Amino acid sequence: MSDVPVVYLDNNATTRPAPEVVEAMLPFLTEQWGNPSSMHAFGGRVAKPVAEARERVAAFVNAERPEEIVFEGCATEADNHALFGVAAAWGRPGTIITSRVEHPAILGPCLRLREMGHRVVEIGVDGEGRFDMAAYEAALAAHPGPKLVSVMWANNETGVVFPIKRIAELGKAAGATVHTDAVQAAGKEPLDVREAPVDLLTIAGHKMHAPKGIGMLYVRRGTRIKPFVIGGHQERGRRGGTENVPYIIGLAKACDLAQQALTDGTEERMRRLRDKLQAGLLASCPDSRVNGGGAARVSNTLNISFEYIEGESVLYHLSDLGICASSGSACAAGSLEPSHVIRAMGVPFTAVHGSIRFSLSRYTTEEEIDYVLAHCPEVVAEMRAISPFVKR
Amino acid sequence: MWDYTDKVMDHFRHPRNVGTIEHPDGKATVGSLACGDALTFMFRLGPDGRIAEAKFQTFGCASAVASSSALTEMVIGKTLEEAEKITNKEIADYLGGLPDQKMHCSVMGREALEAAIHNYRTGEENVVQVNDEIVCTCFGVSRAEIERVTRENHLHTVEEVTNYCKAGGGCGMCRDRIQEIVDEVNHAQAAAPAPAKPAKKMTTLQKIKLIEQTLEEQVRPVLRKDGGDVELVDVDGDTVRIAFRGMCAGCRSAAITRDNLIATALHEFVDPAIEVVTE
Repeated sequence: MSDVPVVYLDNNATTRPAPEVVEAMLPFLTEQWGNPSSMHAFGGRVAKPVAEARERVAAFVNAERPEEIVFEGCATEADNHALFGVAAAWGRPGTIITSRVEHPAILGPCLRLREMGHRVVEIGVDGEGRFDMAAYEAALAAHPGPKLVSVMWANNETGVVFPIKRIAELGKAAGATVHTDAVQAAGKEPLDVREAPVDLLTIAGHKMHAPKGIGMLYVRRGTRIKPFVIGGHQERGRRGGTENVPYIIGLAKACDLAQQALTDGTEERMRRLRDKLQAGLLASCPDSRVNGGGAARVSNTLNISFEYIEGESVLYHLSDLGICASSGSACAAGSLEPSHVIRAMGVPFTAVHGSIRFSLSRYTTEEEIDYVLAHCPEVVAEMRAISPFVKR
Repeated sequence: MWDYTDKVMDHFRHPRNVGTIEHPDGKATVGSLACGDALTFMFRLGPDGRIAEAKFQTFGCASAVASSSALTEMVIGKTLEEAEKITNKEIADYLGGLPDQKMHCSVMGREALEAAIHNYRTGEENVVQVNDEIVCTCFGVSRAEIERVTRENHLHTVEEVTNYCKAGGGCGMCRDRIQEIVDEVNHAQAAAPAPAKPAKKMTTLQKIKLIEQTLEEQVRPVLRKDGGDVELVDVDGDTVRIAFRGMCAGCRSAAITRDNLIATALHEFVDPAIEVVTE
């Protein structure tokens, strides 16, 4: 299989580390490996690059101050910090309002918080994956006491963007602390915590061309939150553990590049290629539907269901062609139930198991999209030829 | 990715005997679109009474396609009496094995084969008996089916049953009931003069340690979710005496918990001969 080209369209799972990011990190893995907290010049030398990195990440989300940036081990940790940290600061049972289509990094902690005695309210979505704003407003009004809202900025499976500005404004007006998991929005939508007044915001390095193993939690000044990883004084006592210097430097570089891509036309090019892929597949594969196609979506994601066939089979055939994608099918997830996101949207059962997600990056080329358009319809036709449900 | 064998990938990439037969002697469809996999299987008998042709159509994952393809290869040339003896394990073995979570694909193959033979003999389309208890309503799995996969594959846990026939893999409401059925099957088998596993010789101290460890790892986390706990009181030969604490003390379902959870855990991890009694 080594002679097959790799067409990587699974960027919502992880992204290629940008060469510029790797280059920026290298000195901190080789010569400048000191501890920024040390009381000697050798360690102290890396404190300044870390401080600069913090400023650049702060600028990326338009934070007021660099101290509002907390570097974490990954986005799951940052999400755990947001949820458990806020609930711990309450010191009494409260209400967490979230959505039914969150990432497991939110759903998992919510399950635990419920066991710990907090109320968890999950807001549903419509057939296009759009957030039920009326149910959200009702939930904000219905529950007195401390409240935390945690709603994702963009969905990892469908790319559907939630109206975070409005969600944050309503949440703040109701006295809630507001968190958003912006992992899938970073680099695809402008993140601006002054425009969308969230208190807490999560991003992940490896979804935006930095390596795996670095996340960030933005914590608005004045937000009542306790640490989640408890240890030393690092991150102003909000996250123990020696600073992961090379990865912090890498994340900052990735933020610079992402900001650039949002303004220099790269992101628009990605959207155009995604739309081309979508139109091409819909035209060449009958009985297909785009999940979330009627909603506002990030520029890189296409979730398409090919009816009457099963996603894992499609992925394996695509993989033989060098095409990397993912699926919300039960089998592909190693479970028996298909994706909770696709089910929450009420996608018809003929299409639930055949959902395939293509997610592009700024490195995706037009040739790659053409290659997929040339081969994917064959795979779909081949799987349909052996399916008992296709009417012939 | 799944750790599929080369043979699974070969049958997935190049499935044998795909399609339909114009006038099949036996035909059946098992599974459904909603369940995530389905198989239509049909065969035609030759003049010698052996299966001359077998065809399939499958909606499902790579291992479902491979299991269906393997099934057709396995049955061609066999009499119906020979074919109906094929177990799901033989289908999996034919493919060099399947990942645990994919064993239900081999079961689907065996079910389709049986249903098609039943169709040939009776003309009926459905083999599920109407008076059979449907245990898992999410995936429509009957008591008889759970008993069968448990017996044929020596299963002990709900998770294993889910891997083999999907029962319990949806809402999870039936998981306690599945465990009861599995325990009943295993008790019946233990009572039968089956080739018993030679018991490991343990000192009493080793045994107590192992029991305590099993309670801690397997049992207490479950009980604690409901605010309960269990204490090991005494070990006398194969008799293990325990006491329930907290919310479990005096709870009517504690007896069921004891039988299901504690006995199963101790049988699996310590000694199948153990008898659990409460204070």
